[in-house]
Amino acid sequence: MIALLQSLRIRGGIHVKEHKQATTGQVIDDTFPLPERLYIPLQQHVGKPAEPVVRVGDTVFKGQLLAHSQGLISAPVHAPSSGKIADIAEYPAPHPSALPIRTVFLDTDGKETGQSGESAPDPFMLDPEEISLRVASAGVVGMGGATFPSAVKLNLGRQNKIHTLLINGGECEPYLTCDDRLMQENAAEIVDGIRIMLHGMETGRAMVGIEDNKPAALRAMRTAANLHPNIEICKIPTRYPMGWDRQLIRYLTGKEVPAGGRSTDVGVLMHNVATAYAIHQAIRFGRPLIDRVVTVAGGAVANPKNVRVPIGTLISEVLAFCGVDETRTGRWVMGGPMMGEALPIADVPVVKATSGVLALTEAETKQDEEQPCIRCARCISVCPAGLLPVDMANRIRNNRLEAAVDIGLKDCISCGSCSYVCPSNIPLVHYFKYAAGELAARQQAQHKSEQTKKLIAERNKRMERIERQKAEELAMARATKERSDQADTAV
Amino acid sequence: MLTIKPTSGPHTGSETGVGSIMRQVIYALLPATAFGLYLFGWPAVNLLVVTLFASLLFETLCLKLAGRPSIPTLKDGSALLTGWLLAMTLPPWAPWWIGVIGAGIAIVLGKQVYGGLGQNLFNPAMLARVVLLISFPLEMTTWADVTPWLTESAPDFNAGLTITFAGLSNPDAVTGATLLGHVKTEWLQKHPLSESLSDFCTLKMWLGMTRGSLGETSALLLFAGGMWLLLKKIITWPIPVSMLASVAVISGLFHVLDSERYLSPVMHLGSGALMCAAFFIATDYVTSPNTPLGQIIFGSLCGLLIYMLRTWGGYPEGAGFAILLMNSLTPLIDHYVKPRIQGRDRRGRPLEENMLKGERGKRKEERGN
Amino acid sequence: MYVLSAIASLATLGLVLGWILAVAAKYLKVESNPVVQELEALMPGSQCGQCGFPGCKPAAEALAKGEAPVTLCPPGGSALAEQFAALLGVTVDLSGFEEPEILIAKVSEATCTGCTRCFKVCPTDAIVGAPKQIHTVVADACIGCRKCVDVCPTECLQMHRPEVTLRNWRWHKPSGQPAGAAA
Repeated sequence: MIALLQSLRIRGGIHVKEHKQATTGQVIDDTFPLPERLYIPLQQHVGKPAEPVVRVGDTVFKGQLLAHSQGLISAPVHAPSSGKIADIAEYPAPHPSALPIRTVFLDTDGKETGQSGESAPDPFMLDPEEISLRVASAGVVGMGGATFPSAVKLNLGRQNKIHTLLINGGECEPYLTCDDRLMQENAAEIVDGIRIMLHGMETGRAMVGIEDNKPAALRAMRTAANLHPNIEICKIPTRYPMGWDRQLIRYLTGKEVPAGGRSTDVGVLMHNVATAYAIHQAIRFGRPLIDRVVTVAGGAVANPKNVRVPIGTLISEVLAFCGVDETRTGRWVMGGPMMGEALPIADVPVVKATSGVLALTEAETKQDEEQPCIRCARCISVCPAGLLPVDMANRIRNNRLEAAVDIGLKDCISCGSCSYVCPSNIPLVHYFKYAAGELAARQQAQHKSEQTKKLIAERNKRMERIERQKAEELAMARATKERSDQADTAV
Repeated sequence: MLTIKPTSGPHTGSETGVGSIMRQVIYALLPATAFGLYLFGWPAVNLLVVTLFASLLFETLCLKLAGRPSIPTLKDGSALLTGWLLAMTLPPWAPWWIGVIGAGIAIVLGKQVYGGLGQNLFNPAMLARVVLLISFPLEMTTWADVTPWLTESAPDFNAGLTITFAGLSNPDAVTGATLLGHVKTEWLQKHPLSESLSDFCTLKMWLGMTRGSLGETSALLLFAGGMWLLLKKIITWPIPVSMLASVAVISGLFHVLDSERYLSPVMHLGSGALMCAAFFIATDYVTSPNTPLGQIIFGSLCGLLIYMLRTWGGYPEGAGFAILLMNSLTPLIDHYVKPRIQGRDRRGRPLEENMLKGERGKRKEERGN
Repeated sequence: MYVLSAIASLATLGLVLGWILAVAAKYLKVESNPVVQELEALMPGSQCGQCGFPGCKPAAEALAKGEAPVTLCPPGGSALAEQFAALLGVTVDLSGFEEPEILIAKVSEATCTGCTRCFKVCPTDAIVGAPKQIHTVVADACIGCRKCVDVCPTECLQMHRPEVTLRNWRWHKPSGQPAGAAA
């Protein structure tokens, strides 16, 4: 009965083809050979890019700080292995545009010499503030894909006195099983990470939401959390996008985060299971975030599995390790197929946000030609945010962006449910992404135009001043001349 | 420099396309259509074929005129479905030109002048049916007797051709009124229901062994088709349920008040036209509201109008008029009935205020403690 | 007879309604505000002349009088057109509107003689440099008015597309019309 009532709290959502069976039963592969060169972008998080503290030619050990964080919202970057800094230059980013980003090139020496950081055998003796500091210095960011610096979130949790920590084990994206595998294999470590986070945020209780299509992960986590009555493992229905924080918060707590607000407004905060694991590693063993579990899957991959790879490994190398058939690859995707981004080239590095690397075949991504909208309203019924995707897209198509904002464009989370179900193959999400970018550009243009006006005003003032000065000088000169003329005539 | 345009996600999609939706609807119409063809024989087959061909022809012509490629649009099956739905609502022995004119009105005036699929305000099939009914009242109310295939009375192939293409020679001998029409005429002659329905059989009516439109006689088969669509998630429940429920409730109410004057819900629901409208016409995506609440409003008002038109209107059947009227209200309903945005109230303001107040209040309490 | 009464009643109805409209137009008239200033405030104010008017103020005046379309300002693009339309209370169909391509000036260092003519005409002081030295354009301040290009004696100033970086990269607009839709 309660479950039924709870399920009423889910808005919209879709049942996607899961494609998880290929990887969910396979142990995380730890045998990935160390690449000869790693490409470590200086910005792998939301916020300001990190500033390098090493120079070209430096020899670094595994886990050494490469770049420190700048400003309040930022995260440092560490060396995933030992070796020599070959260069610090621009390199294509794992981004749909593959535009360059400032990157540290690290030639590995294969020695993997390391120096462990500050480890804490009993983290519960540490100050909560100290936990945040150590998480920050380990460069831990949200591993679900949002890449928001975790320490900032821990601080937010402590400052806002949240009552529940939510842990997202939903992993609602198709293909991806990295969180699933991590929960199956490292449940105890994840639970430990959750306990450290609770301590760091001074929060009493945690709820872990795991979709019911991961029975093994559920069992493992329940066993691990058995001794800790303040950590509740909750089975949640499998429905994309269950991993959207607001959807999960609403499902588990019944509370709705106000638009434009933060989850702390309703007294909760959400972290990903992989983040909990990374925090466990950082606090217990002083290990910074230098590798991660990546799901390698897709129709063009011969041996799909989860692989632990160092940050900075080229995606093409990871794919080759799993036996990708390049001739069958129609599209490379980083992340899941719903919200992940297509990559124009595969020679871009794995970053902290890379939960998955997919090599999809043409057949898997096949989209028929766009057809006229038949107003079937499927997009409206699946929208988890309660928007009218079809109306928004129409307004955007006609360049009426403000009108699209009026009906909720800014509440769109680009989850892709609408595009997924659209029988006419209208690229709805693409319209919304375009509009969001265009609005940002307009805001910038507005700002520029204000600056321009100021510059013009200043210039006009200066010109006037110069004119006036010239006139005065002229008058002065004339006066002197007249005076001398008068003197002349007088003589 | 990259020249490939980046592709936005999602990088996967459902397999349901416009074409497959239209196909499913046609599958759902098959049983009722087959039954209609069985009941009314060759003339009905001729009419169906003529209407379908005319629809495709008009669609092609319009696309040619607009200078657009016709093959992709024809392939989506929408013109075929429109023609099919129209044929289902025509009198089975209507002459061929009724089908052609109807198809022309449906495709040209009902759909293409608005800009094609998805742009029309009114349901094309219903628009055509209503225009035909007003323009050609005689042909549109000449209901053939039930003459199942392989029975003696059934017209053979040649006779069928004659009926469709040359017209009926002795209409009075082989035609009659539909049940609703019969009841209406009888009532105008001050005959109570108990008299006019003396030789009426409810089961026969639900099965569809009665005079009526080509594919609208069998409420049961149409209902089955509707269930199939619901099962396949092609349509959703709000419109059919609200529409049938509103007719049932209103007719039930009046029937209880005066059972000699007002037909019972069983008879209203058992008329195939209502079933067809509820599951196949009113649920037309293009011309019905987008939100469940809007659809419930739409459906119940449709039901109310159908009942009013049937009971007090000039025509015995009101589904066509009711749906057209409600089609015109669809944009209005969609304007006012919108889903609530997550994190906002119904008017679109952020939930913030009360939330923050609540939170602040709580915090104060905590501090107080 | 029916026909006559129908004609008579409809004609009367028309006359009465028309009369009501006429009265309303006379007595309920809202004095229109001089919106010229508001329009001018929205404009870029660089007096670039790309609209064909000598400056932003004349353009605003023409706009207020309805002599120019709301889409007149190329640097403002559809965003400004939308704002103008909202202010003037008109509806505008922007579906066929092409966003103007914003170009910025760039100095080719090989041919620059340091003559300073360009930075004298630059309305936003976006060109820096001293006499006899190579000038450079501050991309963030350049508004693409082309005034410098016109005065440059060596043609070393050319308009270029601004460089695309991760910071200002945006999703392009989806290619629009579906295969079978109306033009």
